[in-house]
Amino acid sequence: MASEPEVAVTANAVLSVRDLRTHFLTRDGAVRAVDGVSFDVKRGETLCIVGESGCGKSVSALSIMRLIPENVGRSMAGSVRLEGTELTTLSERQMRAIRGNRISMIFQEPMTSLNPVLTVGAQIAESLRIHQRLPQRAAWERAVEMLAMVRIADPARRAADYPHQLSGGMRQRVMIAIALACNPQVLIADEPTTALDVTIQAQILNLMLELKQRLSTAIVLITHDLGVVAETAQRAIVMYAGRKVEEAPVAELFRNPLHPYTRGLINSIPRRTAAGRRTNIRGRLQEISGIVPSLREEIVGCAFAPRCSFAVERCSRERPALDPHAPEHLAACWEVARVAAAVR
Amino acid sequence: MAAVITAAVPAASSSLDWIRRNPTIVIGSTILGLFVAIALIAPWIAGDPLSFDPLNRLKRPSKEFWFGTDQFGRDVFSRVVYGTRISLIVGVSVAVIATVTGLLVGVLCGYYRRLDDIVMRVMDGLMAIPAILLAIALITLMKASLLIVVIAISIPEIPRVVRLVRSVVLSVRGLPYIEAAVASGARSRIIMTRHILPSTVAPLVVQSTYVCASAILIEAGLSFLGAGTPPEIPSWGNVISLGRAFFQISPWIIFFPGLMLAIAVLAINLVGDGLRDSLDPRIARRM
Repeated sequence: MASEPEVAVTANAVLSVRDLRTHFLTRDGAVRAVDGVSFDVKRGETLCIVGESGCGKSVSALSIMRLIPENVGRSMAGSVRLEGTELTTLSERQMRAIRGNRISMIFQEPMTSLNPVLTVGAQIAESLRIHQRLPQRAAWERAVEMLAMVRIADPARRAADYPHQLSGGMRQRVMIAIALACNPQVLIADEPTTALDVTIQAQILNLMLELKQRLSTAIVLITHDLGVVAETAQRAIVMYAGRKVEEAPVAELFRNPLHPYTRGLINSIPRRTAAGRRTNIRGRLQEISGIVPSLREEIVGCAFAPRCSFAVERCSRERPALDPHAPEHLAACWEVARVAAAVR
Repeated sequence: MAAVITAAVPAASSSLDWIRRNPTIVIGSTILGLFVAIALIAPWIAGDPLSFDPLNRLKRPSKEFWFGTDQFGRDVFSRVVYGTRISLIVGVSVAVIATVTGLLVGVLCGYYRRLDDIVMRVMDGLMAIPAILLAIALITLMKASLLIVVIAISIPEIPRVVRLVRSVVLSVRGLPYIEAAVASGARSRIIMTRHILPSTVAPLVVQSTYVCASAILIEAGLSFLGAGTPPEIPSWGNVISLGRAFFQISPWIIFFPGLMLAIAVLAINLVGDGLRDSLDPRIARRM
């Protein structure tokens, strides 16, 4: 089994994931949704996980939270450490005490992630009552404070509202309030702005970043939007077919993408400078040809090789190792030198 | 900002509005209220339902005997009034027992899939037993009493409630807000009681009215067959059963309890239909 080299545990990593594997056993074989992913999240840092649909971003997040039910034929391996606590071996009871308390999650759909029959105040208070054992009154008051913190106007009155009385953006603010109520060390946000319109997206992202600074929470932001990555993250991980193909500080990633897939993603961002030097002459939007490989078969060599314009014979034979090519810049590609030298 | 948009619905007339929009609930519950009142004040408006009066046998309805008398000279009005008590007691207790048990079993089955496989087979088995046969068997085995009648009617009703609750739980438990609750560290008990249970209330309330109506009918049927409420207790079914032999010469013995039975069941069903329409607007639109 070609496993990537153990990355040394960063000293101030609050969450460190090592060789995480989540496979789903189906009738036509195992689907390798996440196949050996490792990363560290430092205290107060924003880490983005980027990739197209089906690359294993969301399954990674759910696996870290241990939210994938065991009876769906999933098998999990690897290690997830939250401030030194190994999460994968905890009992369900111990895990419950951590979820929503030390590590929280925000989902994509603010419309359906809130219980329609409970007031938003009660839903924020619930997590405080579970984890901090606050009495009802105190939990409610704290819930109102949380609503004020996520910038909901007239929080005392809004706390008594039901989800259907709030707009999409406000509901996502409520979700953030629930997630941050117990002041977790890590917040995993799974495409938190995908269901919102663009102006609200910016507001929600800014709010998350501001609260991150204030509460020194680390954020793992899962997205397929490179624009979001550029605006929010310090570091980014690019995933493809259940594996990490590149990891770099954000500025470095955009300046000098070393994996052809990352390069393709960046090139497929529409640019305003129609005839600028980075777009091709006709100003046509570039795409990555081909489709994501099936995760049912064991992939030999580089998963991206069939779609890659840099691919050589070796790529379909041997899996490239995830090696450092610049400080803090890892990429899994045999042809890094050629990719780096090529004009974008 | 000067412009403030106020709510379009004036609050003052909302209760009147509600009555106008839900006439069936109002009519049904008014009739039911009357029945409850009759049951409560029975000793003051009716005479002794058990005292024989051989001189006044099979009298037709008159000023003295509003609903006539039966073959022993007992006042049918008094017997029907006291019978209201029995019917309401049976209807309400069966509804409560079946709903509470069904809710408990249904939520657990919907939530714990492994339990579901076993319990639902048991429920299928229970559903296959006809209520009347079960009641006859139970009453033959034990001394006839109101409690046995209530239990015998409740047992076959429970699986119906379980199925309803379970289907609601199954449809709710896959929703993202349940996953979000799990992600925030909530225990199963909290997820079941706070996040799943409220969704079952509306259909359950509606179902309980139908259970109540059907329990009243089954009790009358059992009593009519002589397998229900012991004969010394005047229930509508008992009165009808005894009047059967004299149907051709004095039909009033059967007519009045039968009429009451029909009105009571109709009233409960009206309330149930009205509740269903007002609690679940989606169903109302489809109908």
